[in-house]
Amino acid sequence: MPTTATDSESSTKRTAPTRADFIRVEQFSFFYGEKQALSKIDLAIPEHQVTALIGPSGCGKSTLLRNLNRMNDLIEGVRHEGDIRIGGTSLYDPAVEVISLRKRVGMVFQKYNPFAKSIYENVVFSLRVAGRSKRAELDECVERSLRAAALWEEVKDRLHESAFGLSGGQQQRLCIARAIANQPEILLMDEPCAALDPTATLKIEELITSLKQRYTIVIVTHNMEQAARCSDRTAFLYMGTLVEHADTMKIFSNPSEARTEEYITGRFS
Amino acid sequence: MDAPHHIGAGPFATTGRSRQGEPWVWLTAAGLTLGVLMALGLFVLILVKGAASFWPRSVERIEIRQDSATTVIAGIITQENERRATDGTLHQQIQIFRGNRDLSGEAFVYLDRKDITATTRPESMLVLERLEYGPAIVEAVALETGGTRVAAEDPAFANELERLLDEGRRLRKQLLRVERRDIGAVSRELEALDRAQRGGTVATQEAAPRRVALEARFEKLRAEALRIRSQLSAATFVGVTADDRELRMATGDLLDVFAPNQAGWTGRLGETLRRVWKFLVENPREANTEGGVFPAIFGTVVMTLVMSLFVTPFGVIAAIYLREYARQGLLVRIVRVCVNNLAGVPSIVFGVFGLAFFVYFVGGFVDRSLYADRLPTPTFGTPGILWASLTLALLTLPVLIVATEEALGAVPRGVREAALACGASKWQMIQRVVLPASLPGILTGIILAMARGAGEVAPLMLVGVVKLAPSLPVDTIAPFIHPERKFMHLGFHIYDLGFQSPDAEAAKPMVFATALLLILVVVILNLAAILIRNRIRKRFATSSF
Repeated sequence: MPTTATDSESSTKRTAPTRADFIRVEQFSFFYGEKQALSKIDLAIPEHQVTALIGPSGCGKSTLLRNLNRMNDLIEGVRHEGDIRIGGTSLYDPAVEVISLRKRVGMVFQKYNPFAKSIYENVVFSLRVAGRSKRAELDECVERSLRAAALWEEVKDRLHESAFGLSGGQQQRLCIARAIANQPEILLMDEPCAALDPTATLKIEELITSLKQRYTIVIVTHNMEQAARCSDRTAFLYMGTLVEHADTMKIFSNPSEARTEEYITGRFS
Repeated sequence: MDAPHHIGAGPFATTGRSRQGEPWVWLTAAGLTLGVLMALGLFVLILVKGAASFWPRSVERIEIRQDSATTVIAGIITQENERRATDGTLHQQIQIFRGNRDLSGEAFVYLDRKDITATTRPESMLVLERLEYGPAIVEAVALETGGTRVAAEDPAFANELERLLDEGRRLRKQLLRVERRDIGAVSRELEALDRAQRGGTVATQEAAPRRVALEARFEKLRAEALRIRSQLSAATFVGVTADDRELRMATGDLLDVFAPNQAGWTGRLGETLRRVWKFLVENPREANTEGGVFPAIFGTVVMTLVMSLFVTPFGVIAAIYLREYARQGLLVRIVRVCVNNLAGVPSIVFGVFGLAFFVYFVGGFVDRSLYADRLPTPTFGTPGILWASLTLALLTLPVLIVATEEALGAVPRGVREAALACGASKWQMIQRVVLPASLPGILTGIILAMARGAGEVAPLMLVGVVKLAPSLPVDTIAPFIHPERKFMHLGFHIYDLGFQSPDAEAAKPMVFATALLLILVVVILNLAAILIRNRIRKRFATSSF
């Protein structure tokens, strides 16, 4: 891993220049057995911005997202071609351990999935599995992460109660707090609001906007308004290919591809 | 459903039961009801019969005229039924428990109701509980101590009897201590000395004085035991039966005296509770037909707990490998089918396996390598509670594996992925997230395994259960836990009472009482496990998955 990335990560004030191609997807194809899910994707995701992946169901946007922390490795019979680089290092470099990669790339899932543990233990989970157990460090991490996830005020008096006692929106924000607890560089969000009501969705969206100062966020969404509201750049995928990738403003006001316009305006889905 | 009528005429018109869409609900309900009724019936039968065996019933004094001769017997009516004789006449037959097996041979007699001329309930009738020959039913005559005699009419009689009973209890306890503990300890020391001498670790000239000292102590203890025994038979209880025969017995053999015809409702209730208590805490007597079942309760509980200790780690580890690590291919499918089939293997087969493998092979190996000096007397190479627990652990293993696999499989994929996305390794994911989430399911498996194991009898008969175990598998003699010992079990006790007892009629109430107790023990063990499971569940409220 390049040291610049970890240095800028550990300092609270980010002074490193924002890299336009922090995550590089190069000629990336992906197969589930015989079925090709992605074909020759080329995509550069800039640092400290929110990039939305949009497209109809089955277009491969979730597959692409889940490849950014190699979550697809769990599925049997998958293979890939091409490469993905984060900060210049290939994810598929034999020297890269998938566990250390996932420490740098946090993930939030479509359905909130807290563990059957207390709120506190949910947040510090990534620290615990990394072998860090100093009480002061954990306490600090819980407060910082929950504040960043805009949940601290709501749960600070019941940190040691079950996470299942929270509402759906709170549980999803807890999952976000858990994902950022170990201070990753990148935050992947797979339709984080799909299981939430509008109020909770609004809160998560505000959260995304506030988090992008510190994290590079990639979000998969079905919701055009959401992509328009909270992303800086938008990539439109269709049947496993990248159709268009540009500033969100441009995609939504003046897309260069006809298919993009048709999708955004709802002529097909 | 009350659909509006006019719809019935439209294209969606349906008729009959299928209009409701749920035509056979009553059948499913009936099935459930039948099942519940059967279980309830079984339980109520055992409860009533078991509880009734503790209730002290009145003693009847019955005069019978048969072939112009009048006889009198006293006893408790235990059964009444009608029987058609060969000539077609209907006879009302009653079964009477008259006790006094030492005097009249049979404890039960059968009478024809029409022969009975008079029935009374004299208050003076006593039911004596004795060390031997079962209960006696007599009237008190006197107490004789040395030269003095206290007649039953004497007002001091009751106090004297009470005093002698108390003294008897005290002396019997003392005797037990001397014979079981002290003499036992000396003989163990002698045995150890023998072994040491044979093994050459102690020289003969060194052993000789120790042996003399031990033998002297042995003699002293034996004299002490003899002294207590003579004290126990110092006083004599004299009674007279209904048919005017004299019954003489040492008060030391007398356990308890109860006059049911004098006792009111509360007195009988007190006597019932006292009998239940004695049933629970006392050792069995007289080929198990009298006394309590404490060793059997203890053996059942200890065996079940030890079994759970063995089966839990094995089952959980096996299930984790099968579900989480093994490549889900043909081999794993075959293994899974085999595990499921193992649950259907008759339990006696497990008993045979346990005897061959655990007792003879493993036990024999342990004996040869650790207890060679005691051979040919086997220590572990003979059935015992350890092997019984291991055999039952094997028997219940499939139950736990299946339950654990299901519990692991029920942990949602999302939670697993979340753990991995946090940088957990696979084992960290299993250990910190999957196992805690599936703990209630695993505990359910343990509960099922315990229920299955506690009720199993057949395999135990081969690997460690006995009719009468001289000592408990856990006691106060070092090393306190004796995994090689044979033990008693409630399930086997039922079989033994019901089918192996010299007096099946006398043992019948005990069969029901023991069956009730076995059910209660299993229920209590399960309840404890369920309470633990619910506590764990409550810690994390209900999951939202």
